[in-house]
Amino acid sequence: MLPVKQRMRDGVTRRDGAGEGVRLVGIAKSFGATRVLAGLDLVVREGEFLTLLGPSGCGKSTLLRIIAGLEQPDRGSVSIAGRSVDHLPPAERDVAMVFQSYALYPHMTVAGNLATPLEMRRLTLLERLPVIRHLSPRRRRVMRGIMAEVRAVAEALRIEALLDRKPAQLSGGQRQRVALGRAMVRHPAVFLMDEPLSNLDAALRIEVRHELSDLHARLGTTFIYVTHDQVEAMTMSSRIALMDQGRILQLGTPDELYDRPASLAVARFIGSPSLTVLETVADGGGGIRLGALRLPFGHRFAAGTRLTLGIRPEAFALPLGPEADGPAFSARLVRAENLGAEWHLHVRLNLPGEPSAIVRLTAAEHEAARACGLMEDPLTLVLRARGVHLFGPDGSRAEPDRARTVMME
Amino acid sequence: MRWRACLASALSHVMLATGAVLMLAPFVWMLLTSIRPAEEVFGAVFNPIPSRFAGGENYAQALFASNVPRAMVNGAMVCLGILAVQLATALPAAYALARLRFPGRGILFGLVLFGLTIPIQVPALPLYLALAKTGLLDTFFALMFPFFLTVFGLFLFRQFFRTYPEEILQAARLDGMGEFEIVWRLAVPAALPAIGAFSIFSVVAHWNDLYWPLIVVTSTDRATPPLGILAFRDAETGGNYGALMAGATLITAPLVVAFLVARRAFVRGLTMTALK
Repeated sequence: MLPVKQRMRDGVTRRDGAGEGVRLVGIAKSFGATRVLAGLDLVVREGEFLTLLGPSGCGKSTLLRIIAGLEQPDRGSVSIAGRSVDHLPPAERDVAMVFQSYALYPHMTVAGNLATPLEMRRLTLLERLPVIRHLSPRRRRVMRGIMAEVRAVAEALRIEALLDRKPAQLSGGQRQRVALGRAMVRHPAVFLMDEPLSNLDAALRIEVRHELSDLHARLGTTFIYVTHDQVEAMTMSSRIALMDQGRILQLGTPDELYDRPASLAVARFIGSPSLTVLETVADGGGGIRLGALRLPFGHRFAAGTRLTLGIRPEAFALPLGPEADGPAFSARLVRAENLGAEWHLHVRLNLPGEPSAIVRLTAAEHEAARACGLMEDPLTLVLRARGVHLFGPDGSRAEPDRARTVMME
Repeated sequence: MRWRACLASALSHVMLATGAVLMLAPFVWMLLTSIRPAEEVFGAVFNPIPSRFAGGENYAQALFASNVPRAMVNGAMVCLGILAVQLATALPAAYALARLRFPGRGILFGLVLFGLTIPIQVPALPLYLALAKTGLLDTFFALMFPFFLTVFGLFLFRQFFRTYPEEILQAARLDGMGEFEIVWRLAVPAALPAIGAFSIFSVVAHWNDLYWPLIVVTSTDRATPPLGILAFRDAETGGNYGALMAGATLITAPLVVAFLVARRAFVRGLTMTALK
């Protein structure tokens, strides 16, 4: 991006939006005394599937409504495809939204629901008025075109058999599809989705998740998707913006959020079961002390600084074959859960305060460990390099790049 | 235990039946009188069932020798005129009060509630004077004018629209509907039961109204149904209660029939919210 002044001088303001789906600058919003969004900046690339992920009340839905124009920000500006839309009403922003409740028009048929956005755009006000509309010969012609498009969208979503039904006669999954169809008929520049899967049962949720991914790949349109479900976010997104208390904690690909969390809060939110958090102290030589263990990290904190270590469940291993040489803890097994393909061991580490931790083993590892007698109490746990994160006193990531190599040795 | 439940049930039925008989008795009497020969109405012998069927002559007189048919046509015009303007104003206003955020909304709604407490008798005199000054007395407009704005309807519809899901309205705005279009494309279809219930209230009230027509109408050409009956009684038929009751039956019938047909929708309209 060129600086603003230069863009104005070059007279290329209209082309700034190339490759840019939605740009948010300094968006702030309060409801009464409650601050919901605190001056938030975000650029959504054109054609990407961006997920706003966060706990309920973090401001993600409000942000979506501000993009749609249903809510006015107190400060900040929104542009879509390079065009400022701050002064535009929702209908003229070229966005379509799928609501959590689907928000279908209850007294209209499915066909009517799908046709409405097109009618609003292609018919004049007179042609939409009750009774009078039947006087227009043009209306019939336009409606025929609209119905053809409605049928095409219905076929793409496999709901063509439902066109004559009313929303009350549809199942949750069918309503969801109709809501999606109503957004699709308009070919908007941006799709906005507000927790569209949260009212579906678990099996259907997985199915629709795949369909949404396919749809995104097929349409190539920008999707902005709001959810509190990290599985939805991790599986569908090109990038995730993890939000909390009206701020973006981290913006990145699902891999980046999982493998290089920018802060302890991000590391805690992403990943299930949650990572094990241990309080530790810097030793002055770039390492940390954990009980009798010293782990080298190559960080720059002074000796005695309080640091936090986060360990993913799969970063623990049992001393089998090649893993046997890493830094090791002993631990007491509290409970073992069999999930079929993997095991979750709930353990208490043999460190001051006996902190609890969760260990994830594949079924194969578990079986091998049992065969070697490694599942006997007390367990010996080895730390792998990957999935161990160090956070500074302010909770932000302490760059552990060197740690990876050091610990591998 | 069983017989106690039976007894309680029987008792409540007896109570309800007594109430029903008390309520219906005048109407039954009206029907019986309308088919009773004139000489029997004031006869010395009390016999609930007429000795012969005299409905033909009574109804013929009410239909062809009185102002009752004319009054009914007038009544229909006045009632429908009032209802049309009431709906055209109350529905958008109620939607605005229920769903739009604008300064002064609270005060406006307070005024609506205040309006609910004022009976027609209070502004009757100033209204009459204004109509007299503008030379509009004894017109259909004068009959309808005070009732064009309905505080009751506004209140009923507002409560109804308040329960309409906000997300559907937002979806409509994203689809490009303006607020007026939301009213007629979304709010009105959802409010049909409430509109039906209100229509019955409105039509019944103005069809049966005697007070206001008596004040502003003097000519028989503009008479509404109650005025028609009044004139019929005063006219030469004087003592012919059979014909009078036939006229009363004719005037009552449309409302009773309308209610019986729309009974289910009427009850639902008063008890249901915007969406199940």
